[in-house]
Amino acid sequence: MELIWNLLLQGAQMMVVLALAPGLTGLVRKVKSRLTRRRGAPILQPYRDLARLLRKEVVLADNASWLFRVSPYMIFAATWVAAALVPTFAIGLQFSWTADLIAIVALLGSVRFFLALAGMDIGTSFGGIGSSREMMIGAIAEPAMLLTMFSVALVAGTTQLSYVVEFMASGEVGIRVSLGMALIALIIVAIAENARIPVDNPSTHLELTMVHEAMVLEYSGRHLAMIELAAMLKLHLYVALIGCIFSPWGIAPNDSGPGELLAGFVFFLGKLAAGGILLAVFETSIAKMRVFRVPDLLGAALMLGLLGTLLLFVSRSL
Amino acid sequence: MMGVGVAATMAAFLLALSLAAITIAGRRSAPSIIYGLSGAACVVLALAAIIALATRAEATSLTVPIGLPWLGAHLVQDALSAVFLALLGIGGAMASFYAIGYGRHEHEPQRVLPFFPGFLGAMTLVVLAGDAFTFLLSWEIMSLLSWALVLAHHRDEGSRSAGYLYLVMAGFGTMVLLLAFGLMAGAQGSYEFAAIRAVERSPGIAALVFGLMVVGAGSKAGLVPLHVWLPVAHPAAPSHVSALMSGVMTKVAVYGFIRVAFDLAGPVEWWMSPIIIVIGVATAVMGILFAIMDDDGKRILAYSTIENIGVIFAALGLALAFQANGMHALAALAMTAALLHAMNHMMFKSLLFMVMGAVLNATGRRDLDGLGGLIHRMPVTAFLALVGVTAISALPPLNGFVSEWLLFQTVLQSPQLPQPALQFMVPAAGGLLALAAALAAACFVRFYGVAFLGRARSGDVAGAIETDRWSLGAMAALAALCVLAGILPGYLIDLIAPAVDIIVGARILPQGGNAWLTLVPVADVRSSYSGFLVMVFVAVTGSAVAWLVHRLASQRLRRGPAWDCGFPNADPITQYGGGSFAQPIRRVMASVLAAHETVTMPPPGDPGPARHTAGVEDLAWSRLYLPLASAVTGTTIRLNALQFLTIRRYLGLVFASLILLLVGLAIWN
Repeated sequence: MELIWNLLLQGAQMMVVLALAPGLTGLVRKVKSRLTRRRGAPILQPYRDLARLLRKEVVLADNASWLFRVSPYMIFAATWVAAALVPTFAIGLQFSWTADLIAIVALLGSVRFFLALAGMDIGTSFGGIGSSREMMIGAIAEPAMLLTMFSVALVAGTTQLSYVVEFMASGEVGIRVSLGMALIALIIVAIAENARIPVDNPSTHLELTMVHEAMVLEYSGRHLAMIELAAMLKLHLYVALIGCIFSPWGIAPNDSGPGELLAGFVFFLGKLAAGGILLAVFETSIAKMRVFRVPDLLGAALMLGLLGTLLLFVSRSL
Repeated sequence: MMGVGVAATMAAFLLALSLAAITIAGRRSAPSIIYGLSGAACVVLALAAIIALATRAEATSLTVPIGLPWLGAHLVQDALSAVFLALLGIGGAMASFYAIGYGRHEHEPQRVLPFFPGFLGAMTLVVLAGDAFTFLLSWEIMSLLSWALVLAHHRDEGSRSAGYLYLVMAGFGTMVLLLAFGLMAGAQGSYEFAAIRAVERSPGIAALVFGLMVVGAGSKAGLVPLHVWLPVAHPAAPSHVSALMSGVMTKVAVYGFIRVAFDLAGPVEWWMSPIIIVIGVATAVMGILFAIMDDDGKRILAYSTIENIGVIFAALGLALAFQANGMHALAALAMTAALLHAMNHMMFKSLLFMVMGAVLNATGRRDLDGLGGLIHRMPVTAFLALVGVTAISALPPLNGFVSEWLLFQTVLQSPQLPQPALQFMVPAAGGLLALAAALAAACFVRFYGVAFLGRARSGDVAGAIETDRWSLGAMAALAALCVLAGILPGYLIDLIAPAVDIIVGARILPQGGNAWLTLVPVADVRSSYSGFLVMVFVAVTGSAVAWLVHRLASQRLRRGPAWDCGFPNADPITQYGGGSFAQPIRRVMASVLAAHETVTMPPPGDPGPARHTAGVEDLAWSRLYLPLASAVTGTTIRLNALQFLTIRRYLGLVFASLILLLVGLAIWN
């Protein structure tokens, strides 16, 4: 009976993630529109877009290989699994120990790897430009992300997200400079990884600075729906990750009853909305960067991650 | 007796096979016979070693009355040897079976066949050696036979210069090892490993031995800056030999380093570990950066070998750091990561070299910018290559990620180290290792994307056909091993645990019995990872979603020309190639790579084309080796004058050196 309940909770987590991800993207778009004094599409628009894309036929380039057709499903599945492993409303779920922070980062690395390969499959110049730039950005963003995770893991003494959250919520932490640095670094990485302004612009086509959109240019129909949904899940994953590490309040602890779970869910919705609004405000207030300025930004994240880790040692030895 | 007996018999058999191959190499059936028998011997070797590990057999030894009359040849097989014998056996067997098919395309089989089994046999003897003489002799045979294999295509100018460089570096490496073993044995010492182990050494001597070992074994393994020969020599050999040199021979060098540094040289001081960590991390980052910049498929793989050796040495450095501070359990974690990565690297690097061999046979080219679209022409090879590039890029759920993950777990334990220098250095090293792993992903997206995806860049690709069954079989077996080692790493870790135990005196928790095949290296509250579950989750959700979408939404599909934002160009040259893919990373890392990029524009009104040239430079080569080489050449030219002296002057020289020696002796006493 307990096992069934646990499996149900785990399944609920997967469904929550999947159901909320397009809403988050819709919210960001809506807020951005309002900030630029446009009315904007309704928050539910991404759901409609996805449903429409799923119904449309796929137009496939003549020389597309099987890899091009399989990749969208693999990319979607791996992103979904990774997103479902980040605690949202509760911790200590049935399969939460399957992958720790490092493995989640690496799983997102797999997603990037296959996305970049798919970008090169048709053999167009746009696909190649997107793939090569995505891998350049990833090559700096991934170590920055891991260094951030190092400082979090060194504070919490574990890389297992459920335990990290438990530790962060316990109040033993206090305010630490190195955690602040880790937070800034993680936000920079999240912006780069999700192809947001100033690194990339998710709403452009036909612009030489575009990265993510260039890679997926050849996709259409259900394939594009999978890729879009994976991108939405990734944004959701980063907001949930930052939320659960740096504001762990309200997350239902191990073996909690329905009341706590419901409270956790409401808290999570609040965090998600706050994250989406903050992202939209940030994006509206900043301009897009030249692509070769991006490494400077990510290098700053890398250095912040490293400094955060080193500060931990200094503060410990004092 | 049993363990070492089997291994020694197989080594002797392989060496004898080499001699036999000289006589039959000309026959048509010779490749199948020689490669078949080598493969069978390697299978026996691997099975015997795995059985010895699984049954936790005691160390067995054997003394053969050959070699030096007062010493004989001591052969010992303990758990550490068994791990490397298993590695050698698997790698050797796959390379042999691959070569049954691949070797048919060899134009001059008599230049490969007599050396191949002997190369395997010599590597076996290095791992089995129980005294310094046997070790060095087998090491030198291994070097010379692999040199002969590098020269298999000796009509090619590049191969000849690669062979020369390799010979110089191998000779230098063996000389340094000779000094190291001489120092360990001492003035009256015995050369048997058991006796060497028993000698008490002053810290100065131990440090010197350690330094010599880093140089000697490191030059064979490819540590920066001793790596320059590796990216030219490994690719010059036939592909199955490249697979052996990169996948297995570099691991024999790692074995030599572990054997001396952890076992024979005695307790090490902690300050030696940062040296190894720095060298390892520098090797990893530089190796993979040069791999991204290179355009030759096989050379990319060779540079990536340098990267992986750097990762292994960084893990060994961490093991040394923990070991020197008496933290045996954590040293065991680092050592497990190192040995596991050595094992994993053998699997995916051999696989990828075989893939390049198949591509070379099918198209006659190995430059990325002449390939493209091979996924359509060679579907099975392309699929197996995809497994290989995913594994080597350290991506879950395949095997490369498991060892990287263990290494990161080790890095996270660094706060427990008492020395502040190490505490500060290790997280930075971890960050750089993460950088190397991320760059490896970029490197292999480029490798696979340019060679296998997209459209054919040359006519050679258009006629390519799928490679033969034997080659496919060997590659498929290695790909299966990559997947198995990724989702069932616990069993592999338990298998190598006895070796870890005898080197560092501890082992990590047994992993085989964990629920859901999860890895729990330290404690389950600290970290856990289940490659099996990740694989199952991704596979199940992926196929379920694909099924649902096709069932409920739409399954219509129409083929059409590529969209490319409305400007599709039929010329394959408009695709991204190797150089253009590397451009962003070349720009970002320009200072590290000494990259140069120039655009020459014709003057206004001139209709001539503009030219763009870009490239990188290996600073080790221009700053270290070229000055050294020119110094040596200059000195020898000056010393040449000594050849043309009169008899009086020669006698005078002899007399002068005698006086000098006597004066030296007088001062010494």
